Amino acid sequence: MTISFSGKLWVFGDNLNTDAMYPAFAMKMDPPEAAKHVFYEVRPGWTDRVSAGDIVVAGKNFGLGSSRPVAALFTELGIAGLVAEEFNSLFFRNAVNAGLPAMTVPNATDVFREGDTGTFDLTAGTWRNDTTGDSGTVPRLPDLILDIVESGGVMPRLVAQGYLPAELGDILRSSTVAMRGAGSGA
Amino acid sequence: MGMTIIEKIFARKAGLDSVSPGDTVVVDVDMTVLIDLQFATMWLPPNRIHDPDKLAVIMDHAVPAPTIKDATGGGHARKFVADFGIERFYDVGRHGICHQVIAENGLARPGQILACTDSHTCAAGAYNTAARGLGPAEVYSIMCTGTTWFQVAPTVRYELFGAKPDTVSGKDIFLHIANEFGDAANLNLEFGGPGLAGIPMHDRRTIATQGAEVSADFSTFEPDDVLTSFLEERGVTGYAATAPDSDATYQEVRHVDLAKLEPFVARPGTVSRNGLPVSQLDSQKIDQAFIGSCANGQLEDLEIAAEVLRGKTVAPGVRLLVTPASQAVYREAMRLGYLQDLADAGAVITNSTCGACFGYHMGVVGPGEVCITSSTRNFTGRMGSTEAEIFMASPATVAASAITGYITDPRNVTDPRNVTA
Repeated sequence: MTISFSGKLWVFGDNLNTDAMYPAFAMKMDPPEAAKHVFYEVRPGWTDRVSAGDIVVAGKNFGLGSSRPVAALFTELGIAGLVAEEFNSLFFRNAVNAGLPAMTVPNATDVFREGDTGTFDLTAGTWRNDTTGDSGTVPRLPDLILDIVESGGVMPRLVAQGYLPAELGDILRSSTVAMRGAGSGA
Repeated sequence: MGMTIIEKIFARKAGLDSVSPGDTVVVDVDMTVLIDLQFATMWLPPNRIHDPDKLAVIMDHAVPAPTIKDATGGGHARKFVADFGIERFYDVGRHGICHQVIAENGLARPGQILACTDSHTCAAGAYNTAARGLGPAEVYSIMCTGTTWFQVAPTVRYELFGAKPDTVSGKDIFLHIANEFGDAANLNLEFGGPGLAGIPMHDRRTIATQGAEVSADFSTFEPDDVLTSFLEERGVTGYAATAPDSDATYQEVRHVDLAKLEPFVARPGTVSRNGLPVSQLDSQKIDQAFIGSCANGQLEDLEIAAEVLRGKTVAPGVRLLVTPASQAVYREAMRLGYLQDLADAGAVITNSTCGACFGYHMGVVGPGEVCITSSTRNFTGRMGSTEAEIFMASPATVAASAITGYITDPRNVTDPRNVTA
């Protein structure tokens, strides 16, 4: 199986922190409502303009801050994948564990412009800007990590391994529901 | 090839002879800690878990429940611990901020791996534990399987030397480091050196806790006699204290002369390359002052605050909030008279919770307000309005600032010859 994603790009800057994506007041809401507040201050109204299948591109240290499950909110919004020049490791793990594909492209904010279309293949370690024709390669992630992403994150795997009731299997293949089921963090 | 502290712990827990930066390792996790938030969003009870003796459940972020969602989560947590026979359950009344409860109850042991759903879990690095915050889905998975994976990051070593002045705390040391060296994303931090012996455990925990603020993976201290005594007092035994190899490979070794430090403050937004000595800050009025959190709600922090505020009065127009890091800290601070001194000075003492630190309840700040905090994080909007400004400093500096109404070097109010900022 190949893990790849393709879509319209939204380009952000450096040091986007978790509180800017999942503010404390949104933690009092259920995830579908909380998702409406992603980037509420950085880019007000963004969640009204984003479409299912779009991709978020960011600069350095993307996702610094807390363990609150921002990836779950991106999943609620239908984001197909994340690309950054550098991921904060906690945020990267959260994406992997939510089954949300994430690729590190060191010069991402140079080679991608807002509104471009991009294609990213985690399995091959390749990226392409479909608008400009630019392309490149990145180191391939370890199989262990690719396997989790391919499974749709850790929750469907736990069903398959018998840690969660089998009848949740179908439900948890919906990644939005799976991530809600894991609860929240801070 | 020699290994750093983190590399040695990973190797042991992965059953390998050695690990190096760039490796991906699967490790056994010794202690997994779930917090209240985990149960508050559509909690799915598992069929089975790895080991109830390697699990703790701590109620901290939203207690007593400020929302029906949190109250519902509390019910889920209580049923879960009853169903699975989890003895380490710290419910409201014997609760506290998880990193404080972890320390008080010996859940973090040298040379072991600890996972918890809070980004400041690196706090337990003060106890020579490989501890870090992980997302709720991952912690749920570790609860079930007892294992997880890590990509081994390069380590930066902080070699501390000299003796810190009495007026300098762990917060000041960290804020100095964060200002001087900036972010450490995808790096581990290791603290040691001849100056370590002069840094008490509570200050080490402040420093380790705040490793998250420079985006470090793990933030770990060398073991020494100070740590051994601390653990003995808490009845913690049977651990494998882990020192780095003498030929360990570091990405960089940074030397910090503790004797040269003075009270430090970070400006709003981030602690990374954004601070200065309090003595060099221009006049800065404040509306709220906060002493609390896993970083600085420890008994020693409250003692310092009480010493600064005893017999003094919080300035008109300033709110001083004090949140003990745990119920145990609260009770001890009450017994020792610290809470009396603080309340007499005009402070509001809250129950132990993560509360104001993460802008969820018990003291959020409004538009246009300025807060000086000794808590963990000063992101824009962290403690409430995005139009509020959050400065960060030590408990002594926060207490001194509460008295004058302006961000104030504590040396100016503890010396009776100086009375103003």
